[in-house]
Amino acid sequence: MAASQAPPRLLPSGDSAITVEFSRDIDDAANRRVLALDRNLAAVPVAGVTETVPTYRSLLVHYDPVHIGFEALGEQLLGLAQRPDPAAARTRRWRIPVAYGGEHGIDLEDVAKTLNATPDEIVRRHVAGDYRVAMIGFTPGWSYLSGLDKFLHLPRRQSPRVLTPAGTISIGGVQTGIQCIAGPSGWHLLGRTPVRTYQLHRDPIFLLEPGDTVSFTPVDAKTFAEQDRAAEAGEFVAELVAA
Amino acid sequence: MSKLIVSSIGPASSVQDGGRPGSQRYGLTPSGAMDRLSLAIANTLVGNEPFAAAVEIGPFGAAFTAHCGAVRIALSGASRSADIAGRPVAFDSSATLADGETLTLGFAKGGAFSYLAIEGGIAGEPMFGSLAVNARAGLGSPYPRPLQSGDELQVQSASGAAERRIELPEQPDAPIRILFGPQDDEFSEDSKKLFLDSEWKVSATSDRMGYRLEGPVIKHLHGHNIVSDGTVNGSIQVPGNGQPIVLMPDRGTSGGYPKIATVITADFGRFAQISAGRAFRFKAVTMAEAQAEARKFAELLHTLPDRLRPLESLDLNLEALSAANVAGHAVNAVDAATWQVAESATS
Repeated sequence: MAASQAPPRLLPSGDSAITVEFSRDIDDAANRRVLALDRNLAAVPVAGVTETVPTYRSLLVHYDPVHIGFEALGEQLLGLAQRPDPAAARTRRWRIPVAYGGEHGIDLEDVAKTLNATPDEIVRRHVAGDYRVAMIGFTPGWSYLSGLDKFLHLPRRQSPRVLTPAGTISIGGVQTGIQCIAGPSGWHLLGRTPVRTYQLHRDPIFLLEPGDTVSFTPVDAKTFAEQDRAAEAGEFVAELVAA
Repeated sequence: MSKLIVSSIGPASSVQDGGRPGSQRYGLTPSGAMDRLSLAIANTLVGNEPFAAAVEIGPFGAAFTAHCGAVRIALSGASRSADIAGRPVAFDSSATLADGETLTLGFAKGGAFSYLAIEGGIAGEPMFGSLAVNARAGLGSPYPRPLQSGDELQVQSASGAAERRIELPEQPDAPIRILFGPQDDEFSEDSKKLFLDSEWKVSATSDRMGYRLEGPVIKHLHGHNIVSDGTVNGSIQVPGNGQPIVLMPDRGTSGGYPKIATVITADFGRFAQISAGRAFRFKAVTMAEAQAEARKFAELLHTLPDRLRPLESLDLNLEALSAANVAGHAVNAVDAATWQVAESATS
């Protein structure tokens, strides 16, 4: 099966990084191949590779050109890209609490109106999703999840907000996401989680890994407040269901 | 231990070092010095590791006062007037502030950032192996934010070692070299030619996340939205308005605009030093050339200690005079104002 897959494109990102591109689109199969290459590269380190950054459709491989050149590294990456995923069976599964709507998710009502549904229906569909961390990027802990119900696919807001709260759970395009630190966003805000995907002075500092699976559990405002205080003190409020 | 007190400082000045690569997969940007060669030069002059933490000083003036003991320093990067208690200080040389003396720096000339290295480095608590400031992520030590007047840096007392200078190769005032990619196929050959043939300016709205460029509009073939992928220092992304943005060390780790090209490693620091409003051009090179230049650049960083020379009084006089540019001080009202603020803040 692996041998029948088209090889990825090797795109130069300057003289010290290669973008290994599996697809130009948001594509679940391509994302699985990105994560498989990432794991294979971790299992069989290539001298000179300094860091890898998985995204939806490509793996960015940083390297030191003092130790290895573009051609030699590219050849090794093409070989590794054909190997089966070494860790596909060992997926971690997280259950993450979310307070939906109201002050926690100021766009829930508008999203419901736009999609001609009730807010409860939007929440029901969002909670029913079985998501995978496709990539983490932009700001620390910002986790982009694939697997959003087609019914909830919605263009981003016309004008992005300059500041959205820490812990925001939002939808944008075909994606849903967990935003860890306060920052700008053009997505629709459905709720907030007390879970910190990035927290200094906690072990681990970063909670989620690309490839983890995630489901959401609705909680009320009171539970959110309690869990938010516990999380601030460094406790885990996300539940690891299976590893 | 001595202290170096920040008597006065402008915006865009922060503690930086080699940065914290290794967690970009979690969305954590590497940060670190904009001009790594200048950071390494300043550190080497005072006997530090090349990428030890130092003060990255933005375009405005600044003043630092030694407290509880003498402090040995070195300056590199964008030149500016510099003196210790009235004695001119040369760039690319070490110097010592006696207890209570103030180092006063004018506006940057011919560059954007200067580096102030301190013998023994700056005391702090590294996070992810780095003291570099990344205010958005709450990282950086001793302060997780840009420096402000009144801040105190805990530093080593001066060892009393003989002062040194460093012999450096000439920095060419040549075009900034780029490699096309990773998404140059999102642009027509005409757009790529326009990108190379045009004169560009760095916009005043630039910062440590990105340098916005002003020049002709670079058009996309298929629109300006791509599915986000990873970024590097020097990624040149082209948003909807066709005005490129070059991503700098505090960049987002992923981005959704097509990237026409990437600044080569050897030229990144030189690019970072282009101050707002100054015109420059790009030049395309091959992967083989870019990687050969990257290896030469690594070799230069590695061999900086071999370039150290004793600082003789003759060197001091000639270099100090040219670096201090005393005439510039006398006629530059803004510089002079800074000077006065700094002096009154320390007295």
